[in-house]
Amino acid sequence: MNSPALPIPYRPGFLARRRRAYYFFAVPALVVVGAVIIFPWLFTVWMSVFDWRIGSVAHFVGLENYIKLATNQRFLESIVHTFYFTLLAVILPLILGTAAALIFHREFPFRGVLRGIFTMPMMATPVAVALVWTMMFHPQQGVLNYLLSLVGLPPSLWVYSQTLVIPSLVLVEVWHWTPLVMLIVLGGLAALPTEPYESAKLDGATEWQLFRYITFPLLAPFLIVAAVIRTIDALKAFDTIYVISQGGPGTASETINLYLYLQAFAFYNVGNASAVVVVFFIIILALALVLLHVREKTKWI
Amino acid sequence: MRKAGFALSVVVIVSPAILVFLWMLSLSLKNEIDNLAYPPVFVPTPPTLANFVQVFSENSMGLYFWNSIVVSGLATLVALAVGIPAGYGIARANAHKLTVLILIARMTPALSYLIPLFTVFQLLGLNNTLTALVITHLVITVPIVVYIMAGHFETLPRELEEAAQIDGANVWTVFRYVALPLARPGIIVGTILAFIFSWNNFVFGAVLAGRATRTLPAAVYNVLTFEQLAWGPLAAAAIVVTLPVLLLTIVIQKEIVVGLTHGGVKGG
Repeated sequence: MNSPALPIPYRPGFLARRRRAYYFFAVPALVVVGAVIIFPWLFTVWMSVFDWRIGSVAHFVGLENYIKLATNQRFLESIVHTFYFTLLAVILPLILGTAAALIFHREFPFRGVLRGIFTMPMMATPVAVALVWTMMFHPQQGVLNYLLSLVGLPPSLWVYSQTLVIPSLVLVEVWHWTPLVMLIVLGGLAALPTEPYESAKLDGATEWQLFRYITFPLLAPFLIVAAVIRTIDALKAFDTIYVISQGGPGTASETINLYLYLQAFAFYNVGNASAVVVVFFIIILALALVLLHVREKTKWI
Repeated sequence: MRKAGFALSVVVIVSPAILVFLWMLSLSLKNEIDNLAYPPVFVPTPPTLANFVQVFSENSMGLYFWNSIVVSGLATLVALAVGIPAGYGIARANAHKLTVLILIARMTPALSYLIPLFTVFQLLGLNNTLTALVITHLVITVPIVVYIMAGHFETLPRELEEAAQIDGANVWTVFRYVALPLARPGIIVGTILAFIFSWNNFVFGAVLAGRATRTLPAAVYNVLTFEQLAWGPLAAAAIVVTLPVLLLTIVIQKEIVVGLTHGGVKGG
């Protein structure tokens, strides 16, 4: 490697041929992706214009599945539940994750070990986590109500209450995914330049001013990335909600995903479920694009 | 004073993470009387392994554990076989449009793959088989491996490969003997992340598996319900499901952090 920049001998079409050879490396993966990812997308759109329950004959119904969804009270409520859940499950982890990142950015004893412990929830199996939280939420024997009583608060019904079920599920989500936000923001903090701080300190800036006018604007792109990832994941949340509340009590915590699951695998109403998937995907895509647009415009921070 | 305040904030943010796991452990090591006591008993005295013995002897946890290893293991192997070359091709051909496909796949809810695949498996008579589960888990593992490997090959210097090419090696030889050995760290991260997210998946197993082919998370939910089982065995089962993943996480903690934050990859 004494002359690393040695040019490749040039022959007409050489580069194009080499590029084509590299594309061949992706062919096996493209076959798999085509079979298990792209085919399901196309098949879903196709099925969404049919009235079809598994085991019966499919009838072409055009856009009828979509029109029915637009007036389906239960589906519309599931959208509201999803947005409520998502709003809380994005904002709270962002605030707590940023706070945690600011803490872990500083030097202190056992920092590595403590950061390892802090990130453990993120990798834990959601079903296992959900089982333990179910026991913790129990109104009579649950440990959470005992903790409330220690600080003099009345017991709560948690996931057994129509009004508290979504905030309670958000609590699990916050516990589970704040570490991911922390890691993204921590990566952002590590990339910060040091010069602005030095000159601002010389000018007598307070700690809060440093955060508000230097750290926060420089972190904004990372916060947006965290917000996009969190939004997508919160919209898609399924395992913990399904295990802890099954969308109940009643339909109080039935999100789009839960409604979709029932339509598809309890009622085998494939046509209707496919229409739900298409609408759901458009919602996810739209929100992600809105957030990425905000990222382009983050000059205002 | 300032120092004490900082120490306190560290305790406040770290303790929820550790306390939930400790509570899980405590529940799994106590007998039923202590588990249902109010106020709660925190430290098992004396600790008992009876709950673990019960879930393994009465609920074929061993079988479900094996199913999970087979499904996640095979899905990860297939993903490596197709995903490592794909990542290399994407990085070297600068075909970054292909990674957009992966990002869209990342945004799609897992359930939406399940409906079409379930329908097709029904036609092929594959429902309730491990084969169907392995194929479905590719939805999780392939995007992770492709994404991480494409990113990793990007960071490798091209000079070595070009030198080998000048010496007459063809594209495949260069990949096999120059690029692949250098990519080992990326392969390790991709393998472990793909395996973990496949292992953690619940809904594919819950829908596609039969009685004997359930993966651990699906089995824990479907078989070990609150009606049949007490808290102790349930907590023990939860530990059996999630302990392998937590151990893997600890082993390659640093690399996982890099892999996760660069792509924000999460399966399912």
